[in-house]
Amino acid sequence: MEAIQLNQYEDISPVIDKPIISYQKVSKSFGDLKVLREIDLDIAPGEIVAVIGSSGSGKTTLARMLMTLEQPTSGVIMVDGEPLWHKSVNGKLVPADEKHIRRVRSKIGMVFQQFNLFPHMTILRNVTEAPIHVLGISRAEAEERAVAMLNKVGLGNKLDVYPAQLSGGQQQRVAIARALVMRPKVMLCDEVTSALDPELVGEVLEVLKEIAAEGETTMLLITHEMAFAGDVADRIIFIDKGRIVEQGPPNVILSNPRNPRTREFLSRFRQQWASKS
Amino acid sequence: MIPINPPFDLLPALLPGVGITLQLTIFSSLLAFMLAFIVGFGRLSKYKSIQVVSTIYVEFFRGTSLLVQLFWAYFVLPHFGLELTAMQAGVIVLGLNYGAYASEVVRSSILAVPKSQTEAGIALNMTSTQIMYRVILPQAFLTMLPPFGNLLIELLKGTALVSLITLSDLMFMGAQLRITTLRTTEVFCLVLIIYFIIAYPLILGVRGLESKFSKGRA
Repeated sequence: MEAIQLNQYEDISPVIDKPIISYQKVSKSFGDLKVLREIDLDIAPGEIVAVIGSSGSGKTTLARMLMTLEQPTSGVIMVDGEPLWHKSVNGKLVPADEKHIRRVRSKIGMVFQQFNLFPHMTILRNVTEAPIHVLGISRAEAEERAVAMLNKVGLGNKLDVYPAQLSGGQQQRVAIARALVMRPKVMLCDEVTSALDPELVGEVLEVLKEIAAEGETTMLLITHEMAFAGDVADRIIFIDKGRIVEQGPPNVILSNPRNPRTREFLSRFRQQWASKS
Repeated sequence: MIPINPPFDLLPALLPGVGITLQLTIFSSLLAFMLAFIVGFGRLSKYKSIQVVSTIYVEFFRGTSLLVQLFWAYFVLPHFGLELTAMQAGVIVLGLNYGAYASEVVRSSILAVPKSQTEAGIALNMTSTQIMYRVILPQAFLTMLPPFGNLLIELLKGTALVSLITLSDLMFMGAQLRITTLRTTEVFCLVLIIYFIIAYPLILGVRGLESKFSKGRA
């Protein structure tokens, strides 16, 4: 079965001159379970890429490896021309130390499904903690940046409250501000609306759309929100069983996918999309 | 008939013992507190040897009697050339013993902080030390406080055992006073009350810390 279908995994990958992110034959296994299989993926600076696929397809792992939360089993991930998990020693790639990893990953930021705010810090401190202690900027400047960012996500009036006092949607907006205030070149959003009540999804997606529209940050969105992916992404990638099965511009992938697996996955959504556009 | 007049006349004879009991409690709890963190971290160390040494320490001091440990420190060690005063033996043994219990509190509280908090720290590019001290420990400390409070009270009460290695603490003075006055009921009522009077502010203090550290928590 697998062997016969193998040719369907050939996807058309755009040629990108100087990718900010480049996965090169990246595989990840958890024990015997192969989660990702030889992923090749280039992302251009400023590009907004949405990754879709069913649960367990490996899409979250794709982002987590880039944030250094999971180590690839094999392959190389390049960030802005530098290997993330490796160091070049005499032309050979060897596993990197924490110092190297921290330097390279400083270009990456991430927003999580469960927000992961620090419960013992006020909203303001959640957002200023890393700028002060990681970037080393002054408290005054960090607070100025944080307030500006919290205003942007509509929470400038909640500086002194604690995360537990906010709704899920508000917490997620704080998490977005906390990531953005570090000014990452690449933002990873891992199913950022999946833990939210339906009526709170909109406010979070609005904030992300606004950031996407500014065009300064490269974004990798792992998402179940097809309409949102269709609205903001430059490219949609469909992952199935650890492989990139199909990718392309939203209007192609969402309305006219070639691959049978993509068609199947999107069947329910495609009807809505077609009637909308 | 037991006299119901408060036996205040007995107090001056007991008070020097209170001082010894307080000294023991303060110094041995400080030692226990430090050991709790050193050993608690030791048991979580990535180095196998540190883990093993920490585990042996914890299991030894938890697994043997406090009284026997005190006797060892005071009566047996001199045979090996290590002379300790009764106070030194008391502080060290109480500290080591309660430090072993408290290190388990430290270890389990650190492990109880969700992994997602560490991941949030990594996503903000913090160093592992920053993640531990700024993210994990402040949250773990809140979990540690109630069991720390219990152990502190236990330790205070455990200090009574040092009366058996010749230290004139509250318990020792009470026992002496009973022999000289034969007013057994009054003496030991008073001793009970004094222990409680020392313990209660400790309980309140721990509660105060808890509410301070739980600020903002749901």
